[in-house]
Amino acid sequence: MAGLGKNYKAGEVIFRQGDTGNCMFVIQDGEVEAIAESDGREFRLRTMGRNDFFGEMALFEEETRTATIRTTKPTRILSIDKKNFLGGIYEDPSLAFRLVQTMSHRIRDLTERLARYEQQK
Amino acid sequence: MTLGDGARIAVIGAGPAGSMFSYFFLSMAETIGLDVAIDIFEPRRFCHRGPAGCNHCGGIVSESLVQRLATEGIRLPDCVVQRGIESYTLHMDVGDVEIATPLMEKRIAAIYRGIGPRSSEPLETHSFDGYLLDLATQKGARVIPRLVTGLRREEDSMRVQCADQFTDSYELAVVATGVNSRLTEMLERESGEFARPDRTKTFICEFHLGRKVIRETFGPSMHVFLLDIPRLEFAALIPKGDYVTLCLLGDDIDEALIDKFFSAREVRERFPDGVIPGHVCHCYPRINIRSASPVCGDRLVFIGDSGTTRLFKDGIGAAYRTSKAAAKTAIFHGVSAEDFGNHYAPLCRRINNDNRVGKLVFRFATLVQKARFARRGILAMTAHEQRQTDSPRRMSGVLWDLFSGSASYTDVFLRTLHPAYLGALLWNLVAANLPGSPSGNGRAEKGGHGHVRH
Ligand SMILES: Cc1cc2nc3c(=O)[nH]c(=O)nc-3n(C[C@H](O)[C@H](O)[C@H](O)COP(=O)(O)OP(=O)(O)OC[C@H]3O[C@@H](n4cnc5c(N)ncnc54)[C@H](O)[C@@H]3O)c2cc1C
Repeated sequence: MAGLGKNYKAGEVIFRQGDTGNCMFVIQDGEVEAIAESDGREFRLRTMGRNDFFGEMALFEEETRTATIRTTKPTRILSIDKKNFLGGIYEDPSLAFRLVQTMSHRIRDLTERLARYEQQK
Repeated sequence: MTLGDGARIAVIGAGPAGSMFSYFFLSMAETIGLDVAIDIFEPRRFCHRGPAGCNHCGGIVSESLVQRLATEGIRLPDCVVQRGIESYTLHMDVGDVEIATPLMEKRIAAIYRGIGPRSSEPLETHSFDGYLLDLATQKGARVIPRLVTGLRREEDSMRVQCADQFTDSYELAVVATGVNSRLTEMLERESGEFARPDRTKTFICEFHLGRKVIRETFGPSMHVFLLDIPRLEFAALIPKGDYVTLCLLGDDIDEALIDKFFSAREVRERFPDGVIPGHVCHCYPRINIRSASPVCGDRLVFIGDSGTTRLFKDGIGAAYRTSKAAAKTAIFHGVSAEDFGNHYAPLCRRINNDNRVGKLVFRFATLVQKARFARRGILAMTAHEQRQTDSPRRMSGVLWDLFSGSASYTDVFLRTLHPAYLGALLWNLVAANLPGSPSGNGRAEKGGHGHVRH
């Protein structure tokens, strides 16, 4: 009974690439993988564990999810409402600091991968 | 008046406000490369069972605070969360209704401020306050296990004095002693300029029922009572592990009021066989009902309950907001009365203004407590909404935010002025009170989410 969030079994999809959404998620326990789907094939972008968040783009843009998120083991996930998050940032912009830090790491990671891909081409 | 490398800060009290101030202050200092030190004065040991290790509260960490802490990277571990709450059950003389989160997700944490009631078994539990204090010490704060008995202004520092003659001076003193402390009383008496918060007496007790009984009778739901008992503003039973916490808030809660509450049928029915067991631990802590004034001075700031908090709701959330705002001001602006006045006091004013609206909302709730036809209408509207999955849940949302403290009172109040809300309420008031209607002439009972049954 203890523990916050919602429980998912291994292999469950939290959301699919192309879905629309208006919240982000923080992993309380367990692990998920982010998967890009293209031409019916799946590419694993990264795995994420305890305290990592995903789905944050939906908080800032009215767009669709850019990747599919699937659990790799039993996982507990807490959702963060857009309204609560943006209300928090309005009062205290530093609330977005960790989010910006993580997004910056992800851009760095993707840039490095792109550079490696360009070299291999 | 700014803090430079080598500055030393005294934080008096390690409740949520003191520990969160220390955590955020040291995190921000680290980010900008400022070398500062924090001493936290706290005589209480959060590893003790019963009142000695406990800061006496209902122990609900609101939905909005859970989400904000998660965004900050602060995850409440399972050993701290005694139970994840996923619904509220409202009990009235006209019936009960369960209000669930739309996602059926546990978004509210029931915690212990210490590690459980007096005489509770040693379990794998961890105190919420102890956990926050650990976060602060991991960032480098030092804990001084002493009671502060004096705080004096010196030329360019604040001098802290303790009961055992220990004394030291600091560039900034942060008062986070809550409202159950003598220190603010002493500061009021000696300074002549500071008025400590107004307070009123509340009641908390713990019942030992065991996990199985709690699962079967309470579930992952917080049980809130709307009863016609004068001076009672809020009453809730909160399930946690092997125990259930009762929390009564209102105007100077006393034994007569408590007896009246226990003799209410709606309350007795919550317990197995309708018998209220003896409680294993109880206290009459005070609660802040009006902010201190002023909340800051040169090199001095009052945070959490000893400064400003939300009326009857989400006190821990207010401690988070005020502690972080004070930490940001001290790091990025300075520690003069003017700095705190410009960058910290506006938040306190916002909370105070919202509390004024909150008083209005509670006055309205008192009217509802007195009017049976209004209770019937509210019950019918909520139950109907809970049965629908795709229509707007206006009454459920208002009640949810009111019970959980997840939204401001102003936000809740404005939503009750929405024409669609008023229209639906009016319709339900009429429909639920017509002779022969399901709840029009008796007591309806809940059977699952919003299914009102006779
Ligand atoms: C009956 C009741 C139920 C409540 N329920 C809830 C709830 O469910 N959810 C919620 O969010 N809020 C609740 N609250 C409000 C909540 O308890 C407070 O808002 C919150 O504890 C404030 O935190 P704080 O750190 O400011 O003060 P406190 O939690 O009171 O902590 C103050 C600390 O300072 C220490 N201290 C005091 N004097 C000195 C001194 N002279 N020297 C050194 N240390 C000192 C104390 O030992 C203590 O550890 C409730 C309050 C009451 C009374």
